[in-house]
Amino acid sequence: MESIGNIIVYVVIALAITVFSVLTVTTRKILRSATYLLFVLFATAGIYFQLDYHFLGAVQIAVYAGGIVVLFVFAILLTHKPGQDSDRIASHRRWAGIVAAVAAVGVCAYALLSVDRWCAKELPSMQELDITTVGRALLSTEKFGYLLPFEAVSVLLLACIIGGVVIARRR
Amino acid sequence: MELTVLMYLLPALVMFGCGVYGFLTRKNMIAIMISLELMLNAVDINFVVFNRYLFPGQLEGMFFTLFAIAIAAAETALALAIIINVYRVARNVDIDDVSKLKF
Repeated sequence: MESIGNIIVYVVIALAITVFSVLTVTTRKILRSATYLLFVLFATAGIYFQLDYHFLGAVQIAVYAGGIVVLFVFAILLTHKPGQDSDRIASHRRWAGIVAAVAAVGVCAYALLSVDRWCAKELPSMQELDITTVGRALLSTEKFGYLLPFEAVSVLLLACIIGGVVIARRR
Repeated sequence: MELTVLMYLLPALVMFGCGVYGFLTRKNMIAIMISLELMLNAVDINFVVFNRYLFPGQLEGMFFTLFAIAIAAAETALALAIIINVYRVARNVDIDDVSKLKF
């Protein structure tokens, strides 16, 4: 039996995710779209906190909400006049999008609902995940160690820095 | 009432569907990137939820999500740099107006 507080938090998060993701793709002002995306990302961080992955929730807030959304807002303000509405979506395009999205969601929902052996499962208990465990796993070379992907990501970020400089450079 | 796997996966599924819809219908390149972020985020939720419910002692799903966040950040930064460069040349960020590979 979940505590009543947990259920209330869950309902708020689920509603926020559903409502704000729909608003993100349907609003015609691009800056509002970025703001709704920020709310969706915060709600996702809420899910991570609720599932006891506190480090992951902190990373989600710091990187997504603190980094990516700010980049989006910069890019939007550099390329758009504030308050400008985007054009209406053409009808055939809208219907193609709706059909594709509903088909994808329908197939996935059918797959999820037909295999209901996980669905009865309650949240298993997990010992508190401290940062020492995360750090050791991230820097170990043994089984379940993640040193190689960690270094690969650092090389990727270096490539990203160089790419950013090359793209932004004046010719 | 119990919070089951399904109750976390269904909001993620709705998020993914919204991402697909936005990706296919929007013409603005930045709006397309925003829809892409929605889809990436929905997949991240799936990794974490499956990890927590099915293998609570292990951390594979959590690290997948951690690396996915890092890669998404790098990808977004580069894509927005490219979009701003396109705007400099074409004075527009609509995907239909950018039909030349080289200006």
